[in-house]
Amino acid sequence: MSIRVYMDHGAGRPVDPRVLEAMKPYFTEHVGNPASFHSEGFKALEALKEARSSVAELINADPSEIVFTSGATESNNLALLGGALRNRKKGSKVVRSAVEHISVINICKELSRMGFEVAECPVDEAGVLDLKELEKHVDDDTVLVTVMAANGEIGTLQPIREAAELAHSRGTLFHTDATAAAGQVPLDVKELGVDLMTLSSNDVYGPKGVGALYVKKGVRVKPHMIGGGQENGIRSGTENVPGIVGMGEAARLAKAEMEAESTRLAALRDRLIEGVLAANPESYLNGHPTERLPNNANIRFSYIEGEALILSLDDLGIQLSTGSACAAKTLEPSHTLLACGLKHEEAHGSLVFTLGKNNNRNQVEYVIQELPGVVERLRAMSPLTPEELR
Amino acid sequence: MYSEKVLDHFKNPRNVGELEDADAEGTVGNPVCGDMMTMYIKVKDDRIEDVKFKTFGCGAAIATSSMTTELAKGKTLDEALEISRKDVADALDGLPLVKMHCSNLAADALHEAINSYKEKNAEK
Repeated sequence: MSIRVYMDHGAGRPVDPRVLEAMKPYFTEHVGNPASFHSEGFKALEALKEARSSVAELINADPSEIVFTSGATESNNLALLGGALRNRKKGSKVVRSAVEHISVINICKELSRMGFEVAECPVDEAGVLDLKELEKHVDDDTVLVTVMAANGEIGTLQPIREAAELAHSRGTLFHTDATAAAGQVPLDVKELGVDLMTLSSNDVYGPKGVGALYVKKGVRVKPHMIGGGQENGIRSGTENVPGIVGMGEAARLAKAEMEAESTRLAALRDRLIEGVLAANPESYLNGHPTERLPNNANIRFSYIEGEALILSLDDLGIQLSTGSACAAKTLEPSHTLLACGLKHEEAHGSLVFTLGKNNNRNQVEYVIQELPGVVERLRAMSPLTPEELR
Repeated sequence: MYSEKVLDHFKNPRNVGELEDADAEGTVGNPVCGDMMTMYIKVKDDRIEDVKFKTFGCGAAIATSSMTTELAKGKTLDEALEISRKDVADALDGLPLVKMHCSNLAADALHEAINSYKEKNAEK
């Protein structure tokens, strides 16, 4: 089958060809170590500097506030473990939203094993953080509050500025995981008032294995990688120069092209949602109807299970994710959907569409056209009835 | 990932549907866990003359249901009671470890159906 409709950009994105071109010379030609005192070293250092500026510009930060890491998971570790441990004198409580990425959730579990109290702030049925609840949770003993900028699974955008303000009113650090939001919606660290922000390279069409953490001037985090003192001593280890160059170029392109691309994607997303809901009885949109990432649609189908859907769609050349983590390492349904108040049996039957640069209107129409057949086939096999879902 | 056989049985499930004149049926699992299956059996001279299934669940749940019906068809009730989860998984060239428990309930559903049949007939 020649048709390939890849709509799983939340899981993995292609590297933009222009990014790849920018990276190439740093694999074979400019091979110096940025710490070296010769022309090849200076060349590498210069490349790092340029990449740092581009990443900083994407979020309106100062280049000195960007720490390069190996990806979003490491940035989350550095922000949360590093932030909580470095500021332990202030208190021993950490607050996170109920819909954070699994890395944030597991880091918080680690913090609770270390003696921190971890509070989970609920969200409403669209996945939006409940600010009133947040206010109750954040107290004088709280060291750190973390709320993602946008949820990669259901696409819901969070009221980051309000949450950060609330945290600061208690003298608490505020971190946001902007992995899913970066390159899709404008992010301005000054306007949002965040202290720490996680970014991933691949999510802006850069290479995998690179990320960054924005650390506001004056904010201290405990380093977790000890070595030669690179990245201002916050993250030691010889810099991944080609990867960082790639992330820099990807950030630069994201900044330049975001507005047009997000408008294009939002139109595709809206057509996809409308078309799929209209073509499939008992299908429902998860997440917020409007306050959502321009590339995200999350739709659930009663009576069937997500993994069976994605396997069947893969046969038609369509690659998606499931809201149910059945295909992942646990068989538990998505914690995000459960936090939105869905029942387990509802959460199991969800599909996540994350659109990207190479998707177009024809592909969206193809998905709308093919989906009902797959849904009907699986429903015909299902023993579930409306009564059982009630 | 799944074996070729699992994918084949998922894509082309054997004996899927309800048996209108079933002599007994058995249901295991529940939608909360994400896997639920019903087996329908038609019995003649103590043998499983026909068997069908309906399944809500992942690829493995559907494939194991399909394979179980293939293994059970034509067997005596006592032989069919011997079909284990492991037999089903082996016949499919194995299942991912994480799927061995929840998604491999089809043999249990078959046993439920057989036991229900035996109970009904014991009453007669």
